[in-house]
Amino acid sequence: MSSNLGSMPLRYRVTIDREQCMECERCINNCSYGVFRRDGDRILINSRKCTACHRCLAYCPRDAIMLEEQPCDYRSHPVWTRATREAIYNQARTGKIILAGMGSVANLPVIFDHLMLDACQVTTPPTDPLREPVELRTYLGKKPSHLDLCRNSNGDVELATELAPNLMVETPVMLGHMSYGAISLNAQVSMARAAKETGTYMGTGEGGLHAGLYPYQDRMIVQVASGRFGVNIDYLERGAAIEIKLGQGAKPGIGGHLTGEKVSKDVSRTRMIPEGSDAISPAPHHDIYGIEDLSQLVRAIKEATEWKKPVFAKVAAVNNTAENVAAVARSSVDAVVIDGFRGGTGAAPRVFRDHVGIPIEVAVASADRELRRQGLRNEVSLIACGSIRESADVVKAIALGADAVYIGTAALAAMGCRVCGNCYQGLCPWGIATQRPDLVERLDPDVASKQVANLIHAWTLEITELMGAAGINSIESLRGNRDRLRGYMLDENILNVLDVEPVGA
Amino acid sequence: MMAKQVTIDAKGMHYTPLNQQIRKAVEDGADEVVVQNVLGQRFIGDGLRGNATIHVYGVAGGDLAMFMSGPTVIVHGNAEHAPGNTMDSGKVVIHGSAGDAVAHSMRGGKVFVRGNIGYRGGIHMKQYEAQRPILVVGGSARTFLGEYMAGGLLVVLGLDGAMDARGIGSGIHGGEIIIRGNVDDACLAAGAKKVPLTDEDRKRIAPVIREFAGDFGLDPEPLLNADYTRIVPASARPFAGKYTWE
Repeated sequence: MSSNLGSMPLRYRVTIDREQCMECERCINNCSYGVFRRDGDRILINSRKCTACHRCLAYCPRDAIMLEEQPCDYRSHPVWTRATREAIYNQARTGKIILAGMGSVANLPVIFDHLMLDACQVTTPPTDPLREPVELRTYLGKKPSHLDLCRNSNGDVELATELAPNLMVETPVMLGHMSYGAISLNAQVSMARAAKETGTYMGTGEGGLHAGLYPYQDRMIVQVASGRFGVNIDYLERGAAIEIKLGQGAKPGIGGHLTGEKVSKDVSRTRMIPEGSDAISPAPHHDIYGIEDLSQLVRAIKEATEWKKPVFAKVAAVNNTAENVAAVARSSVDAVVIDGFRGGTGAAPRVFRDHVGIPIEVAVASADRELRRQGLRNEVSLIACGSIRESADVVKAIALGADAVYIGTAALAAMGCRVCGNCYQGLCPWGIATQRPDLVERLDPDVASKQVANLIHAWTLEITELMGAAGINSIESLRGNRDRLRGYMLDENILNVLDVEPVGA
Repeated sequence: MMAKQVTIDAKGMHYTPLNQQIRKAVEDGADEVVVQNVLGQRFIGDGLRGNATIHVYGVAGGDLAMFMSGPTVIVHGNAEHAPGNTMDSGKVVIHGSAGDAVAHSMRGGKVFVRGNIGYRGGIHMKQYEAQRPILVVGGSARTFLGEYMAGGLLVVLGLDGAMDARGIGSGIHGGEIIIRGNVDDACLAAGAKKVPLTDEDRKRIAPVIREFAGDFGLDPEPLLNADYTRIVPASARPFAGKYTWE
């Protein structure tokens, strides 16, 4: 016996209402974790294998299955929580770093939930979006600091300033970077189709661009991360924009690691590495050891693509994000993506996921303010991400200074993901975080793309309504417009950092 | 048929117009582009396709031949930071020395440096199917040689004296590093291990050494018969034992 700890209390308990059950075995067929099996005339349950992915519940025709979280109590204790105790048991047994899937589970206040939006009443009437246009279209990229005009031979005035390439998005909601390998091709194709349909863009993640996504390449933002997986000149030229990944909110300061088990034949071709080999992304880019080097990489990419494409850089939200962003804004990039500490991931060390980084709300607000202070705000667009959960979060992020947002987990949820956090097992029964062909097949891009498009469409409608109610008829007038926010139960220090007044003020 | 040659004077020229002229020359069918008076212009041959040969006279700036796919770049002088960075195919020949991170993340083609290279040479080189990058250094290399290496071949010949790099192959999980002469165990980083160079290995690297010697007018024979240390990954999964799941 490797330890004296025995088995841990069950995380979940699954029960079947035997009165309701008609033994159709859909639960057995749907559960890729092996919770259910038939033994003679009974369906048996092994709750220990359950991840709370809800696939069985969703596909049980009789609502016969019930799931309970933490059915076994520990002695309650405010300091020695269940999570801290179970982490100790795990590490006492293994002596290893604990990895976990999806975003932070730290029970910290969400600042978005303490920001209230404004609406017009009598002194200024609201805008009715049915009658008057509310413009959500936005352009991401550099804006000139001033315009030079000249008169042509006909006497007409023309723009003499050369404009940098921008990305035009019809709605400020984009689909964030989730790589092929971390998620399935069907999941990527579904999101790519949704991006095309809704006039927005989608990130490839650092897994390269699968040929199945070529039809949507003009809607793809191709990522260059420290592992340089799948990166060559064709890849750079296919993308509508290129994003350099410098950090990730779920695990600031460390690299990534796709385990060999997930590097299938197709993933290996797309990443351009041997099948079954570990795909290791080092913590830094080894050609960026300082801020001057970032400028060199940005320009190397621009030079390779003949200055035709916007280049983004993504950083994790950390203590000195504002200074980092201001430095990045001087490196020729066209947009800076800031990923808050609640950002999702296929796998991150638990200690990083729950303890490193700062919230996106303060990171974007302080970055926007610092860029304005340094006269650099026009040099870059700001994209906020890391736990954008609903349309109100989008509006609040923009009012705090973002130009647009990326969503990740929300898009996965639109395709069925129940945020069970077991992405690393590679057995996702929804066909999202898996490469197993029979599971991937479950996710039909015709259906799932519609769901993602529906979500973006619905949020877009809500954003329009919220803006109309506030009498704001274009996204430019909302951007950085902190006067339309009020802090509710936020302390004075946070309010100062956000540059937001308290409710009632 | 005469090879079509185009000469460009890079004196005082910014890298963008310089690259535009090189690109145009190659698109217009030049087989050889001679670039004179290069003084630190970066990104020469960046993202360039085709099979032309670019001769660079002077000191090439950083990221020479980055993302390059096909052409040959011959530098008659030194090169700065990261020549062959994320290069796909083609060849880079540097008659002088080169800076840090030479052949960084290179996935195919060859980089030959007659002189020395800086720190992190061959870092994260990787291979896939027929694409197998090769970096050969005539002189010496610095610390973190072949770090995170995931594939390909890295050879250091030590023609101007023994190499004193430490931390060789930290995190190496693919490919091989072959160094002429003996390498002290203390110079190897975690994840790297020394193995004997077999006759099979020697046969395998012989054409590479002949090609290198040919490019720089060296006699290949003493190099072919020399003693070498071969360094390979101790494991293809260097981090497999570091993590457990929540």
